[in-house]
Amino acid sequence: MRDVAIIATSQSVMEVDTNKTSVELMVPVIDAAVVASGLDRRDIGFWCHGSCDYMVGQPFSFVSAVDAIGAFPPIVESHVEMDGAWALYEAWIKIQLGDCDSAVVFANGKSSSGDINRIMSLQLDPYVVGPLWPDERSIAAMQARVLLERGIITESEMAAIAARSRRDGTNNSNALVTGHHTIAELLAMPRISDPLRAHDCPPVADNSVAMVIAGGDLARSLCERPAWIRGIEHRIDMQNIGARDLTGAPSARLAAHAAGAHNDKLDVAELHAPFTHQELILHREMRIDPSATSVNPSGGPLCGNPMMAAGLLRIAEAANRVMGGTADRVLGHASSGPLLQQNLVCVMEGD
Amino acid sequence: MSAAFAEPGPVLKVRTPITISYRYSAGPNSSSHLAGLLEGRLIGNRCPSCSLVYFPPRNGTCPKCARALAEEVEVGPRGTITTFCVVNVPFLGQKIPIPYVAANIKLDDADMSVSHLVLGCDAAEVRIGMRVEPVWKDRAEWGPTLENIDHFRPTGEPDLDIEAGDR
Repeated sequence: MRDVAIIATSQSVMEVDTNKTSVELMVPVIDAAVVASGLDRRDIGFWCHGSCDYMVGQPFSFVSAVDAIGAFPPIVESHVEMDGAWALYEAWIKIQLGDCDSAVVFANGKSSSGDINRIMSLQLDPYVVGPLWPDERSIAAMQARVLLERGIITESEMAAIAARSRRDGTNNSNALVTGHHTIAELLAMPRISDPLRAHDCPPVADNSVAMVIAGGDLARSLCERPAWIRGIEHRIDMQNIGARDLTGAPSARLAAHAAGAHNDKLDVAELHAPFTHQELILHREMRIDPSATSVNPSGGPLCGNPMMAAGLLRIAEAANRVMGGTADRVLGHASSGPLLQQNLVCVMEGD
Repeated sequence: MSAAFAEPGPVLKVRTPITISYRYSAGPNSSSHLAGLLEGRLIGNRCPSCSLVYFPPRNGTCPKCARALAEEVEVGPRGTITTFCVVNVPFLGQKIPIPYVAANIKLDDADMSVSHLVLGCDAAEVRIGMRVEPVWKDRAEWGPTLENIDHFRPTGEPDLDIEAGDR
């Protein structure tokens, strides 16, 4: 294995109903990451992008996203129709294979162009689930209900996740929905998709995220304290949500184990659990003890969930803790698909 | 329950209709381009890095330099044909009698061409370097679109040698 590290990250301030195009949203963020890395744009070995055409309703929008790179002279480029975290995985492999020494990974999370809650229905099995078009919040509510009625979690625990997220988000100038609330205040709020309340659900947000990764010596020469990727793995649960035990996420457990999450103490875990009850699932599956590990100090996806960028954003936030010297060993997690179906875990360490 | 469900046979097809509507934001640069068309003005944008003038300023970004386009530049309205094809294929719903000419036209002061119709002369007369000007539709039909121009027609000016750098 080659040593590969995240050496620079950048993100835009989350907003709603941005008047910018996806490309305009990405240009300054990509530029800032490249400038922060110290590399010349033309020396970048590989570019990889994560986005989803359904979000802005433009077929092949990922092709026009190449406009955001400045692909002249020609570049080596790829795209995943996934959260940008999976673009990171592809870029990491590219460096492992020795094809290049550096890569820019970026994600476009312009979520407010359409009704994201409804767009997410399109990823469901079109034959037996699709005809009912249950929306994202409704199936999340089904999952929360099973957890509550089996006594695995409580509504207070869910509200506590929201309260902690929004409180920590007040320290993150890029976060969208933040504030100080007591658990009692949150539990007094109305249910919007029973048993979920608004604070249990991810706020729709537009932003973009970019990072530069580099192999061994190059990373050391450019960055004072690179966030070395010690393990990056992803696993997938079955697509049929009716056949899954919705109280668990075996793929998250397996990905965390394979990435070596448990080999040593974790200082920070940035988890991409869009709903409060899903973070409680991840604690259990990924064996994360919130009393020993700081979970989502950025505020996490409950302060703004730019779909397709939110997972890469978690990894960027975790990497920033290492690069900033406030943590030695961190975990970034991304999820995709309905109800934590797909999970990616990236474990990073400082020198 | 209908008879179709009473006698199950092989399921050959399911229909799962869904409609999603989107709000499209053109972005600041493309918005001034589109707003200009509403007034019959042709507005492009210059890249602050390579100085090329984009018309239309798609995505508001220079794809060569990955820089946000800046300065607004009024282009045209006259232009020069950079290449063209003569359409001879009849198809259902065709509005223009064949043969007709679809051309790439580089508007004056723009650095790239737009595709449009060239009418007003015999298709056989059209050539690269030919000078053309827009024929606008009736103002009542205008919207934020290049379709406000019905077609381009020859100006009768001498040809430009685009390859040799004439502008």
